[in-house]
Amino acid sequence: MIAVLPTVLTVIALLIAAGALAMVIADRPLALGSTPTTAIGVPLVLLEIGLVVQAVVGLVRMSGADREIDELTFVGYLFGPVVVVPVAVVWALAERTRFGPGVLLVGCLSVPAMILRLTQIWAGHA
Amino acid sequence: MPEPTTDLAEATRSGPGRLLIAVYGIFALAATARSAVQIGTRFSDAPLPYLLSAFAAVVYVLATVALARGDGTSRRVALVSCAVELVGVLVVGTVSLVVPDAFPDATVWSGFGQGYGFIPLVLPVLGLLWIRRVNSSAR
Repeated sequence: MIAVLPTVLTVIALLIAAGALAMVIADRPLALGSTPTTAIGVPLVLLEIGLVVQAVVGLVRMSGADREIDELTFVGYLFGPVVVVPVAVVWALAERTRFGPGVLLVGCLSVPAMILRLTQIWAGHA
Repeated sequence: MPEPTTDLAEATRSGPGRLLIAVYGIFALAATARSAVQIGTRFSDAPLPYLLSAFAAVVYVLATVALARGDGTSRRVALVSCAVELVGVLVVGTVSLVVPDAFPDATVWSGFGQGYGFIPLVLPVLGLLWIRRVNSSAR
C-alpha cells in the first residue's frame, strides 16, 4: 500500500512484543529509566510516529484512489493502532509487576493484526 | 469499612487483571468500530447479525469499564457481562456453523470467534475466573 511502511511497522511492533515478552518471562516490571524499559520505550515512540505517518499517507492515498475501497473500515484500521499504542503505554505504566510489560505485549500484537487487515482492505480482498 | 473495598477494586485491575482489561479494551474497540461501520453503512443487508454485533460491542465495553472500576457493584456487572458474553459466543458460534445462512456477514462471535484467533471464546472464561479469584480473596 504505502510502499514498505506497513512491513517496517509490523517488524518494529513484533520486536517490541518480543522484548516485552522477555521482560514478562524475566519477571521485570516497567521502570522508567531502566535499561530494559528504555530498550522497548524508544522503539515504541518510533512505532507511534510511524503509525501516525501511515495514517496520514493512507488518508491521502485513499482519497486519490481510483477504485472502490471500504473507506470507513480502512480509516478505522488506519487510526486504530494510532490510538491503541499510547493507551496501552499509559495502562502498562500504572502496573508495578511483570503484567506491565504484559500489557505492552498485548498492545503490540494487536498492531500487526490491524496492519494486516489494513493491507488486505487496500488490496481489495477483505 | 471503605478501605478493604478500595483494596479489592485495586486488586481487580492489578496483575493479571490489568492484562485482562487490556485485552478486553482492544475487543471493546474492535467490536464497537466494526458494529458502527456495519450499522452505519449497510444495516439493511443483515439487520440481525449487525444488531448482534452491536450487542457484543456493548457487552465488551461494559465488561472493560466494570473490570477497570473493580468495586463490588462493578464486579457484579463484570460477572454478568462475562457470563452473557460466554453464552453469546457459544450460541452465535454454534448457530453460525449450523445455519451459516443466518450470518451473511461475520460478527465478533461467528465461528466461536475464529476471526479473532478464538480469543472471544477464551476471554469470558478468564474474566469469570479472575472475578471469582478476587472475590474469594475478600473472605
